[in-house]
Amino acid sequence: MAKKLNMRKRYELLTRGLGWEPSYQSKDKVFAQEAYEGIKITDWSKWEDPFRLTADAYWKYQAEKDKKLYAVMDSFAQNNAHLNLADASYVNALKLFIQGVSPLEYAAHRNFARLARQFSGEGAQIACQMQSIDELRHAQTQIHTISHYNKHFHGMHDPFHMFDRVWYLSVPKSYFDDASAAGPFEYITSVSFSFEYLLTNLLFVPFMSGAAYNGDMATVTFGFSAQSDESRHMTLGLEIIKFLLEQHEDNLPIVQGWIDKHFWRAYRLLGLVAMMQDYFLPESPMSWKEGWQIYFVENAGALFNDLGRYGLKMPKYHEIATAEADHISHQVFGIFYNYIHAAAFNLGLPSEQKMNWLSEKYPDTFDKYYRPRMEMWAEMAKDGKRFFNMGLPQLCQVCQIPMGFTEIAKGDPMQVAYRVSEFKGEKFHTCSDGCKDIFDHEPEKYVNAWLPVHQIFQGNCGGAAVPDVLNWYHFHPEDGGDYAGSADEARWKAMKGAVTTESTETTKPIQADAA
Amino acid sequence: MSENKVFMIFQNTADAQPFISAFAQENPAATLDYQPGMVRIESLGQLGITQEVVSELAGREVNLQELHLTLISLSGNIDEDDDYFRITRH
Repeated sequence: MAKKLNMRKRYELLTRGLGWEPSYQSKDKVFAQEAYEGIKITDWSKWEDPFRLTADAYWKYQAEKDKKLYAVMDSFAQNNAHLNLADASYVNALKLFIQGVSPLEYAAHRNFARLARQFSGEGAQIACQMQSIDELRHAQTQIHTISHYNKHFHGMHDPFHMFDRVWYLSVPKSYFDDASAAGPFEYITSVSFSFEYLLTNLLFVPFMSGAAYNGDMATVTFGFSAQSDESRHMTLGLEIIKFLLEQHEDNLPIVQGWIDKHFWRAYRLLGLVAMMQDYFLPESPMSWKEGWQIYFVENAGALFNDLGRYGLKMPKYHEIATAEADHISHQVFGIFYNYIHAAAFNLGLPSEQKMNWLSEKYPDTFDKYYRPRMEMWAEMAKDGKRFFNMGLPQLCQVCQIPMGFTEIAKGDPMQVAYRVSEFKGEKFHTCSDGCKDIFDHEPEKYVNAWLPVHQIFQGNCGGAAVPDVLNWYHFHPEDGGDYAGSADEARWKAMKGAVTTESTETTKPIQADAA
Repeated sequence: MSENKVFMIFQNTADAQPFISAFAQENPAATLDYQPGMVRIESLGQLGITQEVVSELAGREVNLQELHLTLISLSGNIDEDDDYFRITRH
């Protein structure tokens, strides 16, 4: 009788064993994207498979994960569990999530399908195929989970339309478009390593734990369910880097350049997550800075220590990102506070209790730089002079964030930072040395950036007045603005009040979305 | 001394319990940090479990790949086979 094969052997037969040599087309024609980036692969069979998950086991476990998740979602909806949230202001985090993150999952699904087709090594093909399916699952489960909230709150009715148009969503979109417009090896270095391995823990771990803390069991479940796939994606990111560096020494400078670039791009995008972590969660188990310390400083430190034997260094400007951890969430909040009338979520100034928490978590910066600002804004609002910025901001040509970041690393946190590059007689502005380096390395690419502010001025966004543009975004008038006095706040109060009077108000969907 | 830290994060659920307990039992130097909804198991250099111990704790024959159902995140280089799962720093 045949002996049972061990895991390694089984996996080899069910991956490598399925490959073949093309006979009527040359290999470099079949895998046409594999060479042009300058990466040298001498032997794909040296690919080491982390997580030896074969297709049959993959489907079995994914089906199990989905069953568990849908059971939670069903019981969440059945029990009107949105009423158990710490506060409805928490839902604003979900709005930003469905608008800005779920479309990235879908983009990743498409791109990993491309990679599965374009890599000639079977081990990498299988890993990318599974990841492509995972990413589609994430987009679907997020849409499905958040659809329950869409019945009761505003701003979640058309995220994919918004993603392609809205000023603040061009930040995640442009990062992914940048990676998607690159070759397969740059894409996988960007998304699997710089984004997933180095930084997604910051999005999914403390934030989802925060969802648990705020009574949102449905989001915790989809978040952690997605993150269980993420562990596999992260190991793919680590494997691709080790594989490329082992294949040829000429790959090192190319890979280092990509890691530097995409670390900075992904880090800039996570400014939105920093704001969510510190300002959107009514109850916060962990600050952005604490998360950064654990999941970037310690984790990446250990990782790059490991990768040092290949000559790889920590991403360029990582020390600037760490210095900015004391400031970034407050600065991004400041930008949104100015422009919240043009967003599809609500925002409010932090309560006294929240500010005390921020003072405790940010002892070197919050009281000194940011509390006085919040107090002044509160004072102005009280006097009927709530400040909304009606002008359009200058955007960074690379990260597309309004130019509101400051010279923190230079020890001047009150001085707005901007850099200028010239290309073919025109000036282009960037928000930091990190973004300027990226621009200067490939100016031909970034001069083509679709910058929302420029597009509005060029008349490409529905009209010249703010309501015209918001209409073109498919925003409803009640989607944005201050949380205090918002439609969501009023509805939340009605729902909570309705519980005591036993009315059916709690279970009725809002009219706009029921129609 | 964080240069060679490794970690595993699991959902804090009944299904994950045999894995969490096995990590605690088989890695006496590991620390367990409970956060809302999750537990983070951390150590220096390496963390590992065996199928024998996980099965003993679960009271049934466990396939170690079942950890995919409740795993949230990890950091380290993976080494796995039918009878063990390990993450290490080189």
